[in-house]
Amino acid sequence: MAKLILTLDGAFVGEHDLDKELLTIGRRPNNDVHIDNLAVSGNHAVVRTIGNDSFLEDLDSTNGTIVNGKPIKKHILQHGDIIELGKYQLKYVSEAAVNAAAIGGSAEDFEKTMIIRPTAVQPAAPPPNAPAPTAPAASQTTTTAQEALQQKAPSPVQEEAPVGHIQVLNGPGAGRELVLNKALTTLGKPGIQVAVITRRPHGYFVTHVEGTSHPVVNGQSVGAQAHELKDHDVLELAGVKMEFFLSKG
Amino acid sequence: MNLSGVLEIVRLTDVGQRRDHNEDAVASDLETGLVVLADGMGGYKAGEVASEIAVLTLVSELRENALKLPGGEVDEDSGLLREGLILRDAVTKANSAIYNVSQSQPQCAGMGTTLVAAVFANDRVCVGHIGDSRMYRLRGEELSQITEDHSLLNEQLKSGLITPEQARISNNKNLVTRALGVDPTVELELHEYEVQPGDIYLLCSDGLSDLVENEEIQLTLSALSANLELAAHQLVQMANDNGGKDNISVILARPLQPFPAKNGWRDKLTGWFR
Repeated sequence: MAKLILTLDGAFVGEHDLDKELLTIGRRPNNDVHIDNLAVSGNHAVVRTIGNDSFLEDLDSTNGTIVNGKPIKKHILQHGDIIELGKYQLKYVSEAAVNAAAIGGSAEDFEKTMIIRPTAVQPAAPPPNAPAPTAPAASQTTTTAQEALQQKAPSPVQEEAPVGHIQVLNGPGAGRELVLNKALTTLGKPGIQVAVITRRPHGYFVTHVEGTSHPVVNGQSVGAQAHELKDHDVLELAGVKMEFFLSKG
Repeated sequence: MNLSGVLEIVRLTDVGQRRDHNEDAVASDLETGLVVLADGMGGYKAGEVASEIAVLTLVSELRENALKLPGGEVDEDSGLLREGLILRDAVTKANSAIYNVSQSQPQCAGMGTTLVAAVFANDRVCVGHIGDSRMYRLRGEELSQITEDHSLLNEQLKSGLITPEQARISNNKNLVTRALGVDPTVELELHEYEVQPGDIYLLCSDGLSDLVENEEIQLTLSALSANLELAAHQLVQMANDNGGKDNISVILARPLQPFPAKNGWRDKLTGWFR
């Protein structure tokens, strides 16, 4: 389960579990999150929660709803999002991300495929070892939650590695250059000899695709296996020599 | 129908980077023209029990019932290939088998599996699926997703509750609305498509489709179409490079030539005089 932590100028005011489908935010006292501040509209915004997702919707409030510095109309909340309402802030904390950070692992159990039933929950439904979508570990203390907030939610590694290039060294195409900016680039002559250069997080690899002869790197045949390319390696394919090199951008 | 020499098939399944065991199961059988992939779910090892039962039941049921047919006949009531109806019956049996084990074995309680299966016959393919395991088709340079996930996310998308951009960052990717073996009965979604030689059919678990964008799948299949084995490895590798948070399974199937049923002309003739 996810929650919203309400703060005023950085000081903790309260926290609200997103344990029901609709949570209302506004200045009027009947709101679930009641914020007594003139910059906040009477009925300012709502948070709709479906499964593990929570959607924040602005209810055409006078001053608007700001998430991470940008005004929004409808927004799918992500762990660590900051919602600004006048001088108040609401921080969105996702249970899955908190647990993941707390155990130093991934949100693995939350990513396991599970069946969701449109009808009432049947007793046999949740697998014994896998947590039900909304049930687990609701007893996270605020301190753990806030400690966990210091850590970043797991996200795919974005490499800023140099980009590989290929320059043809001989034949009619001599001097031609190719930027290897796609996940894979095929080289050679279809039906005769083709190899593929794959771009991976830790480097570039050349692999044989088709043809009777295998790619040659620095004078050595690399066989059918993937071979990592180093800066200034010379690659030979169907009689064409090419230099592989890395450069920024 | 026996498609040895007609259908090129590559299967690959990988545990991924985060899990300690593989709950996916894959199988193929050229003699019946079947390819099947299942992604099990459930505690401890129950998930792999469920996916294994699903795959084995389908292979043996198809062999038992389809091999004795001439192959590629059309059922007059449904207009579907008989192979498709056999597939549907096989799925019903697999559902009961998994459900019964989950009811009788406490350590298997609540287990289930997604399923995507295809039977090739008479220049057509019957595709059945349950849950979020998918089939794609590359025809020429164009990649199409053939199956529509039975998942909460897809239902939200279809009803316009969320946008495709929101879906990409949703936390609900793991919630399926239909699974094999969790209830006494299950409905298989079954469709039939015409097949062209050179098409590449990709069956995959969500360990691939959640982590590798459609454009990358398209690029891989079209660039490496000369070497399906390598294409399969490349797809799995891309999912692993992107985190490999789930088991990753792919089956690639490519018809190399037409495979019309032997009695095709008779079907057409009786069709005219009906």
